[in-house]
Amino acid sequence: MALQVIDDGAPGAPPIEGRPLPAADNLSQDYWSAAAEGKLLFQECPACGNRQFYPRSLCIACGETPAWKEASGRGTVHTFTVIRQNWAAPFKELMPYVVAMVELDEGPRMMTNLTDCEPTDVSIGMPVEAYVVKVEDGLGLPFWRPAQ
Amino acid sequence: MADRTPVICGIGLSDYPVAPELDSRQHHVLALQRALKDSGVKKADIDGYMCAGGGMDRTDDAVSMAEYLGIDHRFIDGTMVGGSTFEFYVQHAAAAIRDGLCDTVVMTYGSNLLSAQGRMLGTRGFYEANARVPGNLQYEAPYGNVLIGAYAMAARRHMHEFGTTPEQLAEIAVAVRGHAALNPNAMYRDPITVDDVVNSRMIADPLHKLDCCVITDGGGAVIMTTAERARDLPQPPAYVLGAAGAMTHWNISQMGDYTQTAAAKSGPEAFRQAGVTPADIDTIQFYDSFTITALLMLEDLGFCPKGEGGRFVQGGTLSLGNKLPLNTDGGGLSSCHPGMRGIFLLIEATRQLRGQGGQAQVPDCELALACGSGGWLSCIGTVILGKEHP
Repeated sequence: MALQVIDDGAPGAPPIEGRPLPAADNLSQDYWSAAAEGKLLFQECPACGNRQFYPRSLCIACGETPAWKEASGRGTVHTFTVIRQNWAAPFKELMPYVVAMVELDEGPRMMTNLTDCEPTDVSIGMPVEAYVVKVEDGLGLPFWRPAQ
Repeated sequence: MADRTPVICGIGLSDYPVAPELDSRQHHVLALQRALKDSGVKKADIDGYMCAGGGMDRTDDAVSMAEYLGIDHRFIDGTMVGGSTFEFYVQHAAAAIRDGLCDTVVMTYGSNLLSAQGRMLGTRGFYEANARVPGNLQYEAPYGNVLIGAYAMAARRHMHEFGTTPEQLAEIAVAVRGHAALNPNAMYRDPITVDDVVNSRMIADPLHKLDCCVITDGGGAVIMTTAERARDLPQPPAYVLGAAGAMTHWNISQMGDYTQTAAAKSGPEAFRQAGVTPADIDTIQFYDSFTITALLMLEDLGFCPKGEGGRFVQGGTLSLGNKLPLNTDGGGLSSCHPGMRGIFLLIEATRQLRGQGGQAQVPDCELALACGSGGWLSCIGTVILGKEHP
């Protein structure tokens, strides 16, 4: 189920310029590349069924090697904050902004920014959907917004 | 057979809250000199060293400091689990002393955080613009969280699950400020009210400025030895009755339950070792990085049931003269926080057990509990100290 992929700098896309970005490694490159193509991945262990995020080379429940699974891109807000003081560029220009932990419908949680809503409209349990800003080849950055 | 029960026999603080004339290593040194004087221990008798670094100039790792201080150690520990490292050190040192790996061990800490960097720790972000971030944090770094935001997400979840209010969290800051008023060295000493806290500027919802600890310079040293050796020393020993550490996660995105910390593991273990219960404790010294940190510890250590922390702290419960005095030195919230506060919990707990608390002395203080939080509510160490030999 492909997520919407927006090019960096396109109208309505959250600004990327200046953000710290991932230094992809052997494992995470698969994750970031898939995101650039609109696929949001997490891991599931073929041995014990444990699901996890962030991706690792082992299952943290049983120690076996996990496999990639594609998420639906739907989830809910597990908890969040509104950042009103951050002295670091580029974030000092973006305040206030929402940092949230989103719980995927499939179970694992990931940190993100919630966009396309007022910080005061965010609540725990709120349904949200993922989309991707394509930063460069092999690097898509997932963001989340209120579910349509 | 020699009595190798572990005790704290010496404590020392460097200068705080503002000491621009000291670099990090000089904070270590000043605290060590004062702990040696306090304890009556000769420097040459120290045969164990524990140090996690943490100074802003990054020159104070364990082996560099052991060399600088000239400590001829046969036991060394450079464990670094954040600001609770020193509670974990008590666990390690107690085992090392019991097993005879060393007889007299010192832990030192020093940081010129305020003078070197200002008040940026909580909200400066973790990276330079355009940084490429490797490892576990590559999945968090693009989204601009700050240190305070991590704790704010725990506070938000606690409010959602249990109805905890900003006013209840504020009670913690108010109680600690009351104790800071009794400490001439504390960073802030003027009384504050619940209204002052909830009307202070919002930094990361739902945490206000006055829910957050201060930033200072400072340092500390703690000397531990055997009960046998302590008999010949001038200070009454603080006996280590229980010491345990546990971890639920390191980075905040990996915290499984945002309303429960690893104090729910290290606390019961420390109580089991000590053979006492929360009701027996006379004073608590917590790493109050934020009001929510102390609230979660109260619940996780069993001073009140999970979810009841907000109601528990209402009405001045944590103030001197009431049920459970918290951070009688003024805490991180109002007195001293150079980045890794855990060592100060041990120092204040020891002062209380010795009866050296001055105006902030808890009457008949026989059992003190220190609980440190390292990382982002990640690594929680619990230490129970007593006035009487176990």
